[in-house]
Amino acid sequence: MNYLDCSMTEVVELLNSGKVTSQELVKLCFERIAETTDLNALNSTYFDMAMERAKQIDMARKNGEKLGCLAGVPIVIKDNINFLGTKTTCASKFLENFVSPYNATVAQKLFDEGAIIIAKANMDEFAMGSSSENSAFGPVKNPIDTYRVPGGSSGGSAATVKAKQCFASLGTDTGGSIREPSSFCGVVGIKPTYGRVSRYGVVAFASSLDQVGPLTRTVRDNAVLLNVISGRDEMDMTSSTTPVPDFTAKLEQGVKGIKIGVAKQFYTDKLSAEVRESLEKALAWYKSQGAELVEVDLPSLDTALAVYYIISSAEAASNLARFDGVKYGTRANNYQDIVDLYFKSRTQGFGKEVKRRIMLGNYVLSSGYYDAFYRKAKRVQKVIRKEFEDALSKCDVLISPTTATPAFKLGEKSNDHVAMYLTDIFTVPINIAGVPALSMPCGKNAEGLPIGMQIIGKHFDEQTIYQVANAFEQAHKEGV
Amino acid sequence: MSAYNTVIGLEVHSELNTKTKCFCACKNEFGDKPNTNCCPVCTAMPGALPVLNRDAVERAILMGLAVGCKINNYSVFERKNYFYPDLSKAYQISQLEYPLCVGGGLEIEVDGKKKFIRLDRIHLEEDAGKLIHDNAGTLVDYNRGGVPLIEIVSKPDMNSAEEAVAYLQKLRSTLLYVGVSDCKMQEGSIRFDVNISVNKEGEPLGTRTELKNLNSFKAVLRAIKYESNRQIEELEAGRPIIQETRRWDDEKGKTYSMRSKEDSQDYRYFPDPDLIPLEVSEEYIERIRAKLPKLSHQRVQEYLSMGLSEQDATLITQERSYADFFEAVLKLFNEPKFVCNWITAEVFKKLNAIEDEERTISVKPENLAVMLKMYKQGEINQAGARKIFDIIWEKDVDPVKLVDELGLKQMNDAGALKEVLVKIVNDNPKAVKELKDGNEKTMAFFVGQAMRATQGKANPKMVADIVKELIK
Repeated sequence: MNYLDCSMTEVVELLNSGKVTSQELVKLCFERIAETTDLNALNSTYFDMAMERAKQIDMARKNGEKLGCLAGVPIVIKDNINFLGTKTTCASKFLENFVSPYNATVAQKLFDEGAIIIAKANMDEFAMGSSSENSAFGPVKNPIDTYRVPGGSSGGSAATVKAKQCFASLGTDTGGSIREPSSFCGVVGIKPTYGRVSRYGVVAFASSLDQVGPLTRTVRDNAVLLNVISGRDEMDMTSSTTPVPDFTAKLEQGVKGIKIGVAKQFYTDKLSAEVRESLEKALAWYKSQGAELVEVDLPSLDTALAVYYIISSAEAASNLARFDGVKYGTRANNYQDIVDLYFKSRTQGFGKEVKRRIMLGNYVLSSGYYDAFYRKAKRVQKVIRKEFEDALSKCDVLISPTTATPAFKLGEKSNDHVAMYLTDIFTVPINIAGVPALSMPCGKNAEGLPIGMQIIGKHFDEQTIYQVANAFEQAHKEGV
Repeated sequence: MSAYNTVIGLEVHSELNTKTKCFCACKNEFGDKPNTNCCPVCTAMPGALPVLNRDAVERAILMGLAVGCKINNYSVFERKNYFYPDLSKAYQISQLEYPLCVGGGLEIEVDGKKKFIRLDRIHLEEDAGKLIHDNAGTLVDYNRGGVPLIEIVSKPDMNSAEEAVAYLQKLRSTLLYVGVSDCKMQEGSIRFDVNISVNKEGEPLGTRTELKNLNSFKAVLRAIKYESNRQIEELEAGRPIIQETRRWDDEKGKTYSMRSKEDSQDYRYFPDPDLIPLEVSEEYIERIRAKLPKLSHQRVQEYLSMGLSEQDATLITQERSYADFFEAVLKLFNEPKFVCNWITAEVFKKLNAIEDEERTISVKPENLAVMLKMYKQGEINQAGARKIFDIIWEKDVDPVKLVDELGLKQMNDAGALKEVLVKIVNDNPKAVKELKDGNEKTMAFFVGQAMRATQGKANPKMVADIVKELIK
C-alpha cells in the first residue's frame, strides 16, 4: 500500500491506529517532492522542521497524549500565508527573502491540530492571476499534463495535492484562485463564505474578497480541514461570529429533495462543448437521485468581472502600498532620495501583472474617477449579491461549471490579458456575492483533462455544499 | 486700504490617552525606547490586520458629547493613501465621508465679547510614527504609529488671531476636563492646523491657505497675524492668493510655501475593507454620556453655590487641573473662599511666572491645605504663610515642620506683645498723635515696628488691638 494514495481522512486513521508514523509520511512526501520538482509547485520546503515536529507528534502519540485531529499529517500552505520561521514570498521578488515573524491564524490552527506544514506552495505573484504563470520563481505545471497550467493563483496548492506531495493544502481565493486550479487539477477546493475563515496573517490581495480555503483529494477531507480553520478570530474584524457547524455532519445524507438551482447565465456560448456535456450529465445524475432542478435567474452575472477588477484592484493598490522598501523586502540600491527609493524598489520588486493591477486600482480611486468606478462598482456589487440571495432563496445550492474550458496550455494566454481575465467569469461572481462555492471534478474531456463543477451555497451554508458534493463523489468513486 | 475680514478655521489633532493603540494591542506611551511598542499590525507586516480599540471610540464620543456634537450611529473608517516612511502601511486609517461626531461647538470670550464657534466634525484616526534624523541617516520610530487621534475640525467662524487662540485654549481646556487627552504640546499630543483667508468687507470669501503643524498658542497667534497681513499685502499689490499649504518658521516669524493645490496629493480615500463600519447604538452613547466628567460650566455653578464670586469661579475653572487642585485642597480644608483667594492670588502668581504655555501647579494640595489652615487659625501670619508657600511650591515638605524650623509661629501672646508695643508707643510720640488724630494709616507703621521687633512673628491683628488700647 502506498500511503500517498490515501486521502487525508484515511491517513489520519492509519496514524491513529499506529500503522504508519508521521515521520514515515513526511519522508514519503519529501521523496515524492523530489521526484516531481519539475512541477515547480513549491517555493520552499522545510524537511528538518517537519521531521522535528513529526518526531514530537509520534512521541506524543506513543505516550498516549491527546492529539489534534490532524496530528502528524503533512500539509502544504500557499506562499502568502505566514507561518513562523518559513519564508512568505507571495511568489514575488519583493518578498524573496521575507521570513514570517508571526503566524497567520489559519496556520496556527493547523499547527494546533497537529498538522505538519512541510512546504509553501507556489502561486501567481500576490495571488494575481489565473494560471500560476505570474510567479517570480517560474510557472507551476499541471501534474496531469505538464504542458498545461494548473490554474491560479493557488496553482501550487492544487498541483501539490494532485501530485501527492502532501495530503491537503490551503489556498486563497479572491476571484476563483482556489476553485479554478482545483478544476484544472481535478481536486476539491472550496472558497468559504466571506468571513468564515480568519484572514489574519494572510497577505492581503483584495481584503473584502479574500478567503482562505482547503484543497483536498476528497470532499470529506475538505470538510474536515475547513472545520479546523473556520471561526471567529479576534484578530480579524471581518471574521464572522456565525457558529461553525460540523461540516461533515450531513455528508452521507444524499440529495433526495435537494433543490439545485440552474442559472442560464452560467451556461453561455462561452462554455466549451465538453464542459457543457459534463455539467449536463452531472445535473442529470442529481435529478436521477431525487434532487429537484430549479431554474433561477442571475441577470447581472456578466457585470461581475468588471466589478471584480475595479474593487479588487483598488484594494490591492492600497494593500500593496506597504511594500515600499522601507521596512522589509526589496530595497533598491543607489537611490537618490525617498521617492527614488520607493520608485526603484517597487519597480524592481513587482512583476508586470502586479504593476498592472496597482495602476488600475489607483486609477479607479483617483479623485474625479472614484464615483464613476469604485462607487459604482460597490453599488453593482450590492445588486449582484441580492440576485444571488434571491436565487438561493429558491433552492439549496446552485450548480455551474467552474471554468468554461479545462486547463489551457502554458503561455497560451500570457499575452492576452482579457482572455486570461475571462477564465474567471464563473468564479468571480461568487466572491462579489460573498457566498461559499466548491469546485470538484465532474468529468474529463477527450484528452483526459478534468472538468470542474462549481457548487454554490447560501451564506454560511457550506454544510449543504459538502452534502451535495459528497453524494456525487461517492457515486463516482471509479472516476468521473 | 479698505477693510479686510480675516476668516479662520482650525483643525486640531489630539492624541487620545488610551492604554493601547487604536488598532492593535501595543502600549500607547510617549518617550519609550524607539520601536519597543510595536507589533506586526503597527509595523504593517504582510498579512496583519487592524482591530478597532473600543476605548478610543469611547473617548472620541466623550469629547463629542462634551462639545455638543451629534454622535453618528454609523461611521466608516477609510484609508487615506500616501507614501511616507513614518506611515508603515502607506495609508492612514481615518474617517472622511461618515465621521463619528458632527456639529457642536464652543463658546469663547475675547475682550469681554462672547462668541460661539461651531464645529464641523470630530473624527477618529491613527497617528503616524516619527522620523529621527541623525548623522547616519534617517531612522523610523513606529512607537507612535497607530496611536489614536481625534481630529476636531471647526467651521471658519473665527476672525482674528486672538479668537483662534481663545478657541484653542477653550478646546484644550475641554479636552483636559473630559480627560481624554494629555494635550502636551511639547510632546506633540496636541497639534494645530490653521486655514486662513482674507476678503474685503461685503465680498465673497477669499482663497485660503493652510498652515500646518503649529504646536503652541504663541505660534498660532503670530502665524495668523503674519499670514493675514501677507495675504492682504498680496491682494493690495494685485497678486492673487494661491491655494496652498504653508509652513510657519517660528524663528524667522514667516510662512513659506510648501506645496500648492496643483501638486497636492490625491489621497484616494476609500472605505477600509479590513474594518467593518462602526455602529454605535443610542443606548451605548447614553452609557458613555453617563461617564462624562463635570465640565467647567458645571463646576462654575457649584463654586458659585459655595459662595465664590463669578469672577473667581471662572478663573479657577479655566483649567481642569486648577479646579481639581482647588477641590483637592477643599477636601482637607473646607474654606472655599479662603482657599480660592490664595489660589487666585498666590498660586496664579507662581503660574504666571512660568514661561511655558503648559503650566502645572507644583505644590501638593495637602501641603497647601495644612499651611492655609495654620494661616487661617492665626498660627502663622501672612508673611509666614508666603514664606512657607515659596518653599512648598518648590519641594514636598511638611509645612508644620517648616513653621518650627523657621520659627514662624505667630506671636499670639498678648502679654509679650504688649511689652514690645509699650516701648514702641513710648518711643514714637509723633506717630501716636497722628493715630489719635484719626490717621488710620499710621497703624501700619506700628505693625511694621512690631514685626521688626518680633522677627515678623507678631499677630498683626492683635498688634492693632493692643496699640489702640495703649493710646486710649
